[in-house]
Amino acid sequence: MNLEFFTISLLNGLSYGLLLFMLSSGLTLIFSMMGVLNFAHASFYMVGAYIAYSTSQVIGFWWSLLVAPLLVFAMGAAFERFCLRKVHKFGHVPELLVTFGLSYLLLELVQLVWGRSAVNYLLPEGLQGPLFTVFGTNFPKSRAFIMLISMVMLASIWLLLTRTRIGLVIQAALTHPETVEALGHNVPRVFMLVFGGGAALAGLAGVIGGNTFVTEPAMAGSVGAIIFVVVVVGGMGSLSGAFLASLLIGLIQTFAVAMDQSLITLLARFSYAVTPETFGYPLLKLTISQVAPILPFLFLVLILIFRPKGLLGTREG
Amino acid sequence: MTKKFYEFKPYNVGRWLLWTLYALLLVVAPLLFKSSLALTMLSQAGYLVIICLSYNILLGQGGMLSFGHAVYAGLGSFLAVHAMNMAAKGSFYIPLSLIPLVGGLSGLFFAALLGYVTTKKAGTTFAMITLGVGELVFAMSLMFPEFFGGEGGITTNRAYGKPFLGISFGPQIQVYYLIAFYCFVCTAAMFAFTRTPLGRILNAVRDNPERVEFIGYNTQRVRYYAFIIAGFFAGIGGGLAAINSEIVTAEVVSGVRSGSLLLFTFLGGATFFFGPIIGAGLLVLALILLSELSMAWLLYVGLIFLFMVMYAPGGLASLIMMNLRVASFGKLRELWVGYLALAVTALVTLAGAAAMVEMVYHLQLNTALGAELGFMGIRLNALNINSWLGAGFVLMTGLGLFELTRRQFLRQWGDIQNEIEKEIRRRELV
Amino acid sequence: MTANERSAGPPQASSAPSGGSAVHAVTSVGATYSLELKDLRKSFGKTEIIRGANLKVAAGERVAIIGPNGAGKSTLFNLISGRFEPSSGQVLLHNQRIDGKKPFEINRMGLSRSFQITNIFPKLSVFENLRCGVLWSLGYKYTFLRFLADLDDANERAEELMAMIKLEKKHDVLATNLTYAEQRALEIGITIAGGASVILLDEPTAGMSRSETSRFINLIKEVTVGKTLLTVEHDMGVVFGLADKIAVVVYGEIIAYDTPEAVRADQRVQEAYLGSSVADAQAGGKA
Repeated sequence: MNLEFFTISLLNGLSYGLLLFMLSSGLTLIFSMMGVLNFAHASFYMVGAYIAYSTSQVIGFWWSLLVAPLLVFAMGAAFERFCLRKVHKFGHVPELLVTFGLSYLLLELVQLVWGRSAVNYLLPEGLQGPLFTVFGTNFPKSRAFIMLISMVMLASIWLLLTRTRIGLVIQAALTHPETVEALGHNVPRVFMLVFGGGAALAGLAGVIGGNTFVTEPAMAGSVGAIIFVVVVVGGMGSLSGAFLASLLIGLIQTFAVAMDQSLITLLARFSYAVTPETFGYPLLKLTISQVAPILPFLFLVLILIFRPKGLLGTREG
Repeated sequence: MTKKFYEFKPYNVGRWLLWTLYALLLVVAPLLFKSSLALTMLSQAGYLVIICLSYNILLGQGGMLSFGHAVYAGLGSFLAVHAMNMAAKGSFYIPLSLIPLVGGLSGLFFAALLGYVTTKKAGTTFAMITLGVGELVFAMSLMFPEFFGGEGGITTNRAYGKPFLGISFGPQIQVYYLIAFYCFVCTAAMFAFTRTPLGRILNAVRDNPERVEFIGYNTQRVRYYAFIIAGFFAGIGGGLAAINSEIVTAEVVSGVRSGSLLLFTFLGGATFFFGPIIGAGLLVLALILLSELSMAWLLYVGLIFLFMVMYAPGGLASLIMMNLRVASFGKLRELWVGYLALAVTALVTLAGAAAMVEMVYHLQLNTALGAELGFMGIRLNALNINSWLGAGFVLMTGLGLFELTRRQFLRQWGDIQNEIEKEIRRRELV
Repeated sequence: MTANERSAGPPQASSAPSGGSAVHAVTSVGATYSLELKDLRKSFGKTEIIRGANLKVAAGERVAIIGPNGAGKSTLFNLISGRFEPSSGQVLLHNQRIDGKKPFEINRMGLSRSFQITNIFPKLSVFENLRCGVLWSLGYKYTFLRFLADLDDANERAEELMAMIKLEKKHDVLATNLTYAEQRALEIGITIAGGASVILLDEPTAGMSRSETSRFINLIKEVTVGKTLLTVEHDMGVVFGLADKIAVVVYGEIIAYDTPEAVRADQRVQEAYLGSSVADAQAGGKA
């Protein structure tokens, strides 16, 4: 573990964590406002990436940065209006089920239109190459861009919610939707906007994540489970908790993936040699990088045992 | 106030009849459908019935939405296949007919282990925890190739050991009857569960968890125990699956599997006991037949699922029961015209949509074969605008007509429901 | 009407009408109370809702809890029944502490409650609703090895309860299909099903018409014979017809706990409800 590795992993981990936060913040907002857990949230991420892939070939990346999230917003709002609203009266489980169905639908539609293999969603010229070099390793501009966009987005959300009128209405509708409606605000429309907004956030994450990482049909599945873990670990309904959990998980995964030590290496430090006959060898020989995929889920299980409310959670259940 | 008063209600004869019919169906099915494809489907359906019914203990009876149930069936499969291999090697003999119980016990064990943490919460949080735990187990599958068999999975031979009375379980038909036996016994056991105190309190927890606390029950405990029982039966199903396919790969504990369990159990109907049986049948049909017909089969299934959640959250079972209720009042024949119209217009819409979907897929995948494709006996040209316009026209017409028919049907249905209400009240007064 | 006129139960505490300044009734030495609140406090965030509530309820008493809106009556109920945890103070049931315990633990110790918003099992029949209520008290716990149909004592008790709340005709009707008043009756039925000795009823007659209310009060009287009863009520007719004692809750404190006549004459109560000037006028014109 040298300084170069540490710095680069730190920066990469932060940028991945911030991307996770962009996704999980939209999920948390929708859950806080509407009590709906949007199972299709990661699918909106995927759709955003694919739409940006297509539109950037026509109008370029920088315009796609605006256009693609807007299209995803429209999709999300339409879904809320025509599907989600109908099951609202059945309770939370049917709401979750309908978003679950949507995730299947979006996956199949994407595969229908763009095919089942990865597409070559390229970085624009302005974002290719390194931003700076530290200790001989490059830190790519694209990752720095992710960090920038997510911070800007976070700041605008916070401003929107706390300083504007619509934000106050949203905050009020969070706990007292009937009262807010009685005051003359169109609460169903607010919900539609919030759902669309959350989807647009996910889409935006897709636009910038899709070309930094890979754009393929499996991208929804791989990140989907992790953002649910983030939301539960951070505490259901807590934006700051989601922020903390996203960064933690992003950092842990980035560091873990690059570390090849295992318990055998550790035991070797104490001059304890391990052979294939040693008891528990299959467990001992696992390197940290091999274990990396399950770390977020292990984290989830540990949090549930020791701190079920989540890191910064306030609401129960 | 004897036992007779509560149990033997007027339609108890009907219940005995249903169970006998069910057993008969299981026994006779392979004699009616003789092809090997049918036998494969029946065998798969057999253990899927057990798994879907076990899933419904959580979903329909307990109100617990789990996205990771395949884990318990899958781990049951894995332990079963290891037990079979150990028996074949001679290190630990278990007759094949008891292997599903090995699966069951492993499902029970893992449900007790993982369920403790999972059932600490309820509702949406519970759903997400099951997702996380499911992903955890699936991700672990690559880490322990000794247990999970890595990419290739673990294979086995089910015809180990000496044949008993000529039964070696090599031929598929013998395996089918083993599956059918367990299917009947497990269905009966799970049905019996719904009639026990724990089963009933589980329903109460589904309906009103807070109230249950105030009648002396620890809702978390109730859910935990139900989770373990569901895991047990899922494990039995998994064990049978291992016997049937003689290979188990890590895919059996994946989120995709869990998702399909949820999808089809819900489609079959979570609010009635027999709903998941229908769901298992649909699952087999979709996996084996529908996937042959069209690449986009999952898209269609997803659409149907979406419509079901919005308009018929009780699934097919509830639709059947609603119509049975109408029939019991003698009013079903008034609806047959409406149903026919709905079916026809739906099919037309579907044809239009499917034509477009198939053309898209054709363009994407088979361009080497030219732009033409056959669809329901008509030749379509995927690059020709006429085909697209034609398909679009069919779709729009079908959709419009369907909407009209649907509204008319709803009006008719509503009238019939009112008539039935009046009839019920009239009978009450008599 | 004193507590002694009802059927026998644990040693009755004799209560003498207080002069209006004492907050709790004078009792004989060594009597155990069914329910006690000792300096109970509850804050939500920075707001203290219950600010030191004290109460001693003797066994078999019927207590009505009244007070202006927002005084904290429902919160008190929630604290007693375990839905909320007190910030400080004690709740004692038959001299055992129940503050901080989970609702099901408190229920098993002999306290049961109903809810202001009807809280039944909508998809189960009336009979099943009641049967669920008796299962734990009869010791059946989490068993899945016996059939419900074989549990004679549970079935008989459920039948008895149905007769008590006069819903025998609705044996198999799904609870969600009952009328409002019938659902409230079922609610009471589930509450008493487990044989708890202390019953908390939260606005049991809420939303009922006058005739329904009077019938319902009689029902409550019948089914809570020999039990300690606390009800939150707004309807003064109900209160004076049903209760032995009235506890007045104002701003999170119990400012009076006495017989209905004494409470009616209590100046502080009048001030709390009507404002001090009116209270003076009342005091002047009171017979």
